Amino acid sequence: MAAHRCSYSALLLIICSLSMFIVADSQETTLTGDNHATELDNPQTATETAGQMAEQPAVEERRLWEATEVEEATPDDADTDKQDTSTPETAVPSSVPQPKDDFQEELVIRPLHSGDIYASFQFRTLWETDFMRGNKVSHYRLFPKSLGQVISKFSVRELHISFTQGYWRTMQWGQPFLPSPPGAELWVWFQDSVTDVDGTWKELTNVLSGIFCASLNFIDSTNTVQPSASFKPLGIGNVTDHSFLRYATLPREIVCTENLTPWKKLLPCGSKAGLAVLLKSEKLFHSSFHSQAVHIRPVCQDWQCKTTSWELRQTLNVVFDLHTPGQGKREWSLFKMFSRTLTEACPLASSSKIYIDITDNPQGEQFEVSPATPLLSQAMVLGDRRTFSVYDLTQQITFGTVRSLNLLIRWKSSEGDMLRPLLHGERYVAGYGLQTGEIHTLMYNNHPYRSFPVLLLDSVPWYLRLYIHTLTVASKGKDNKPSYIHYQPSKDRVRPHLLEMLVQLPPNSVTEVTVQFERALLKWTEYTPDPNHGFYVGSSVISSLVPSIVAMDTNSTREQPLFSSFFPCKEESSYFVRVYTEPLLVNLPTPDFSMPYNVICLTCTVVAVGYGSLYNLLTRSFQIDEPSPGLAKRIANIIRKMRGVPPL
Amino acid sequence: MKILTFFSLFSTFLSANSINVEENAGQFFSSGHTNNWAVLVCTSRFWFNYRHVANTLSVYRSVKRLGIPDSHIVLMLADDMACNHRNPKPATVFSHKNMELNVYGDDVEVDYRGYEVTVENFLRVLTGRLPPSTPRSKRLLSDDRSNILIYLTGHGGNGFLKFQDSEEISNVELADAFEQMWQKRRYNELLFIIDTCQGASMYERFYSPNLMALASSQVGEDSLSHQPDLAIGVHLMDRYTFYLLEFLEDIHPASKANMKDLFKVCPKSQCVSTPGHRTDLFLRDPGSALITDFFGSVRKVEITMETINLTDLIKEAEILYILSLHQVDPCCDKYCTFGH
Repeated sequence: MAAHRCSYSALLLIICSLSMFIVADSQETTLTGDNHATELDNPQTATETAGQMAEQPAVEERRLWEATEVEEATPDDADTDKQDTSTPETAVPSSVPQPKDDFQEELVIRPLHSGDIYASFQFRTLWETDFMRGNKVSHYRLFPKSLGQVISKFSVRELHISFTQGYWRTMQWGQPFLPSPPGAELWVWFQDSVTDVDGTWKELTNVLSGIFCASLNFIDSTNTVQPSASFKPLGIGNVTDHSFLRYATLPREIVCTENLTPWKKLLPCGSKAGLAVLLKSEKLFHSSFHSQAVHIRPVCQDWQCKTTSWELRQTLNVVFDLHTPGQGKREWSLFKMFSRTLTEACPLASSSKIYIDITDNPQGEQFEVSPATPLLSQAMVLGDRRTFSVYDLTQQITFGTVRSLNLLIRWKSSEGDMLRPLLHGERYVAGYGLQTGEIHTLMYNNHPYRSFPVLLLDSVPWYLRLYIHTLTVASKGKDNKPSYIHYQPSKDRVRPHLLEMLVQLPPNSVTEVTVQFERALLKWTEYTPDPNHGFYVGSSVISSLVPSIVAMDTNSTREQPLFSSFFPCKEESSYFVRVYTEPLLVNLPTPDFSMPYNVICLTCTVVAVGYGSLYNLLTRSFQIDEPSPGLAKRIANIIRKMRGVPPL
Repeated sequence: MKILTFFSLFSTFLSANSINVEENAGQFFSSGHTNNWAVLVCTSRFWFNYRHVANTLSVYRSVKRLGIPDSHIVLMLADDMACNHRNPKPATVFSHKNMELNVYGDDVEVDYRGYEVTVENFLRVLTGRLPPSTPRSKRLLSDDRSNILIYLTGHGGNGFLKFQDSEEISNVELADAFEQMWQKRRYNELLFIIDTCQGASMYERFYSPNLMALASSQVGEDSLSHQPDLAIGVHLMDRYTFYLLEFLEDIHPASKANMKDLFKVCPKSQCVSTPGHRTDLFLRDPGSALITDFFGSVRKVEITMETINLTDLIKEAEILYILSLHQVDPCCDKYCTFGH
């Protein structure tokens, strides 16, 4: 009995020790790290050290929070969520006062005479800092960091990039506030400190293609030009050396939500508050014209230009078609255009306004706008004095009792005509066949008695070989000699043609520029996967100072709405206009890429027929074969044989 | 005596419980990957290949929903369907007829689009041999602890996949690219899904370890499309990816579904073709590999017993914290836009 008991308890002890051992073993496997050999003999000590480890990260975290609070010398209202820590025990004084930055947003709505509506968003961030002279900027607030890094790394002085879907119809819609060509357009002024502009340009296009999710990496020397007169800097700077300017367009580039998404993420409020709430892709891309752009340039802060700041403008222009939503009623509202209404301004914006152009509606007989607003504003824009109803979103009263703003524009009558645009351009390809052709560019001057000069910039790819000796410029049937021509011939597969001319347009006339070309045959690897679509030629650019009806405002530092202050105004009697023509689509002689298959079939057939015939001819032998007689004859022959007479 | 039995039983009960906890904790670390990447490629051009773009976008949508961020997804679409002029509803790509589900959405970032989707670019992305000026959003920056999901769709044949009607990639090239990735330690485990005709031929030649492959049809079979939408006028999705999307819509980040469930997606009765899979190169049991190991992005926590010097760590952590504040990436990551 005792022996049994002894063995029984011994067994139990063995089981207990085994289980302890297993527990210790599995604890060993859970704790990673090399030094577990000595510490895991007693599971008790293991849990103690684990507890200590848990304390240490908490201490770390608290000290992390401290360090961050010290960094932010001017905390913003928007990031109060980061300030929820305990008071710092060691206060390090902040060293540098943060430069001032300012954000404004506005939306301009212009009803067009055809019943369509034109909406133009502008978001501007002004920042008093200096990216030039190798300054290391590290604290970003409203200015997006990705663009700031691009500016400082590539020593960019000015950057203008636009993505457009559709073509702006000047004669039906008037002049846009910010013109842009179909596809993608990028032009950049570099600073004088850049030594290798071409290399920097290539890297910049690659970086921008990553930021905007576009195929800007297809910009290379075959579609980049250095215009000598057409693209002067829009910011400060009296630069005359055009080797620091690069211009390129990609007419085939598509704009879709994947380009809008990163564009919206550059805004300080994102698409969560303010006017950017209206930017919904399903409505924006279901339009006749959509263009989004980013413009960066240095500007003067005051009249003497003692301080400069960097200005970032993000603009979005869209024209909605009356007939697209299905109903023919001439009525527009924010909800109908954008499927959203506004509930608040962006909290980071110093000003947030909506302007509705009511110049053609002084007594309210053409259309009516509701809710009514007492605020009116006048601005000198595009050579005309326009009147606008203003809705200030920073005032709570704008939203009324329903706490949301849905502007409604209802048309009452459809008479009235639009101010005819003074400058207008068209372009087309003439000719037939796939060998030669002719490019015609037409420039219209609609002013009744004034003539003015325009700069025409044409950049034609190398595979359309221009015959410049056939260039003719004619107005009203007579030859019109340009006063300045800059021509750079193309080099196959290296650079495109560049033609810049200063032409004086006589009043009330059409000027036609024609040049003949020949189409080149590309190497078979240079064709795109869909070569039968055709090849695009970028838009021509027509830039000019057009005489204005009213005196323009040359004081650039006065508070002006954003849409009237984009192009700098140097003199009162004219304003700057840039018109883009249509891009061209030309067919190049394209080989049949299903040719290998066809060649094999054809060759095999020819070989089979040819060889077969030859073989037959050589080896066939002919024998005379008598035809077998008919049945009657055979019976007759049998009877004759029986009679002994010779057969038939 | 009774006390002894009671004590022994109690201790075995305790030890059994703790064994369970340790087992669970052990399984927590069993996969060995710390980050997830996805490379989603649609290789077809032209409007009538709408369904291939819809296929790729539905996998993109699932992968984003389960947690992989845009900075870890390389999305390649050979043509633009959403803003195509033939699309009656611009900026949308639908996967179900009657326009039920817009897989394009409002927040999409396409890294390679249009003419950039070529065999050369695809292989360069996989092997990491890109020109120095390539932005970060266009790179596959995986390391040896990354699980990568690769999804290809388009028109294919026995041993090849057609890119944009002008070139093709063969199964030998693909297998060699994966071997390069293995030798450069660019992946921990790789899941390869292909939805084309005769898709199983594309994974026949793989020879690198830790690869698992799924295809929508066997050699000699065609993968068929699912349903046309009469308003849009084209077929919206392929069958295999349609049922794959339905399966993935039920998965959430904490789901415990494993690869064996994935193999059962789209049987012959629904798909008409016979989906196939290959797991002989995969070192773990497919039943222990979770769906979220490849489609989701689960962050793991590691406990270490080492002693750490706090002063150095604070400086580093400070920098990391400040960087993370600016992590909103419009199609790229923090300092990274400039290559490497």
